[in-house]
Amino acid sequence: MSETTTPDGEETPSANARPERGLRRTIELAGIGVTGAVAVGMLGFLLLYWAQDLPVASGLYAGFRSLGRGMDAAFGTNVFRHPIMWQSMSVGVLVGVVAPLVGSFLVHREMALIGETLAHTAFAGVAIGILVNASTGWDGSLLLVALVVGILGALAVQWLTERTDAYGDVPIAIMLSGSFAVGTLIVSYGRGLTAINIEGYLFGNLAVVTAEGARLMGALSLVVVAGVALTYKQLLFITFDEQAARVAQLNVTGYNTLLVVLTAVVVVGAMQVLGVILVAAMLVVPVAAASQVARSFREATYLSVIFGQLSVLGGFAVSIGLGLPSGGSIVVTAIAVYLSTIALSGFSVTAVSAHG
Amino acid sequence: MTAIVDLDGVTFAYGDTVAVSDVSLTVEEGDFLGLIGPNGSGKTTLLHLMLGLHEPDAGTVELFGRPVDEFDDGGRIGYVSQKATSRGGSMPVTVRECVTMGRFAHAGRGRLSEADRAAVADAIETVGIGDLADRLVTELSGGQKQRAYIARALASDADLLALDEPTVGVDAESRDAFYALLDDLNDDGITIILIEHDIGVVTDRANRIACINTELYHHGDTESFVESDALAEAYGATGQVVHHHH
Repeated sequence: MSETTTPDGEETPSANARPERGLRRTIELAGIGVTGAVAVGMLGFLLLYWAQDLPVASGLYAGFRSLGRGMDAAFGTNVFRHPIMWQSMSVGVLVGVVAPLVGSFLVHREMALIGETLAHTAFAGVAIGILVNASTGWDGSLLLVALVVGILGALAVQWLTERTDAYGDVPIAIMLSGSFAVGTLIVSYGRGLTAINIEGYLFGNLAVVTAEGARLMGALSLVVVAGVALTYKQLLFITFDEQAARVAQLNVTGYNTLLVVLTAVVVVGAMQVLGVILVAAMLVVPVAAASQVARSFREATYLSVIFGQLSVLGGFAVSIGLGLPSGGSIVVTAIAVYLSTIALSGFSVTAVSAHG
Repeated sequence: MTAIVDLDGVTFAYGDTVAVSDVSLTVEEGDFLGLIGPNGSGKTTLLHLMLGLHEPDAGTVELFGRPVDEFDDGGRIGYVSQKATSRGGSMPVTVRECVTMGRFAHAGRGRLSEADRAAVADAIETVGIGDLADRLVTELSGGQKQRAYIARALASDADLLALDEPTVGVDAESRDAFYALLDDLNDDGITIILIEHDIGVVTDRANRIACINTELYHHGDTESFVESDALAEAYGATGQVVHHHH
């Protein structure tokens, strides 16, 4: 976050640094800067939207609304004047930052299936939330219940992976489908009790995002970014060489647990716009794209966040422009980014060898 | 002479399968210990026990004079696992990033200092891969990868290097150069424990040999090992053909 750029953006001590490396770094840092600014802007919106009735905030919030109306006028759309759309976009933008951030470690630990599993566990959480709401009259947030169930699921997954070795993915696969099955049972049992839109949670829908859900995502994003920033070194070491990290006396089990819990947090937040079935894609696809072209792990992390953000914004454009579901639009855009990095890395490989 | 590793009556089983049975041995400061034995003889398990990666079912393990489960100075040990070099993996990590991990035990949660970065640069130069510092580890040859991992251990100021079959898949020339590097490090006072399937290499380089096949068949200096029947006994126990070349 606090990375500083020298005026010429060139500070690499290595003797054989090619000129394009400095340019590349500058572009990446600019991309991260823009992404960070957009994310902070969206957090700001969530804060203003929440505090719109307070004296100072109301003026700023009115400014935001008129900016939205201006954007609608400029693009000829009927989107940006609605706070509810900003709310959904905020969640999307924050997902675009935190999902690839956590995914960078998850993918290279070959734990991608765990993201998928936790999404299905969180779905069971939503179902339980519906049931609790309907039967007790408590009108708490479904996402909060999903978060609690998701984190419990994460701890269960962690417990399973610690205790199973060679066939670790079998119990996890059982947990994946098992929690989804329980979720569907609870939903159909509770169907008579409430009129909740369960499809929104399955496939992702901009309209599912509630003010509460958006605020929760804002808070969770801060937790995730802070968590990864504070433990980047340890997560990197454990991801790269777990045994050596253990010998170096790192608390491997502790950091692994932190990683799956952060994953659960991301998944629950992202479920709103991506849907249970598609949520794992944001953990995986931007990271896979970044790994195609990155020249270091730090660069891969930056690029995956940038690619994640491109996917979310591009996906929103497709979703709004063509009236399609947000989840599918975002994931298809992400895959388009991935395919273009494959093409790009193909080209750059030949270019490098041509240079000798 | 201080004991770096001290095993006393150590036994370890995976479920019902005993991998290491009643092994007692001591690794002294400055030793170059070759750990040999047939496939599946418990060499790697024994090394893991020494490093605290497994907890013994019976017996005690001390590292640098402290019970292994209380040992917390991770920077003193450099470990290159068997997996580290054979893993394909697509994780984009540069040589410099890999070697920097050696400083993490020192830096704790804080940021890396200039001194940390200098130690990393020194370690990379020492193993002779300065020109590869910004290359991805996945792009290196087997021998170059080994050097990167050794550099990581050096960066951590390790007094003990533990290497598990480090030259599997490395060509003969790089292998000789790699063992010459280990010799130099050992001359500088770093204690080395080496698991190696090529017994010729071990008897040429190591000053101490531990030959195991679940039980310890020999532990002592290299000369007495070469003269003893320990090798035939240990390997004969599983009926494997011995390729013994000096």
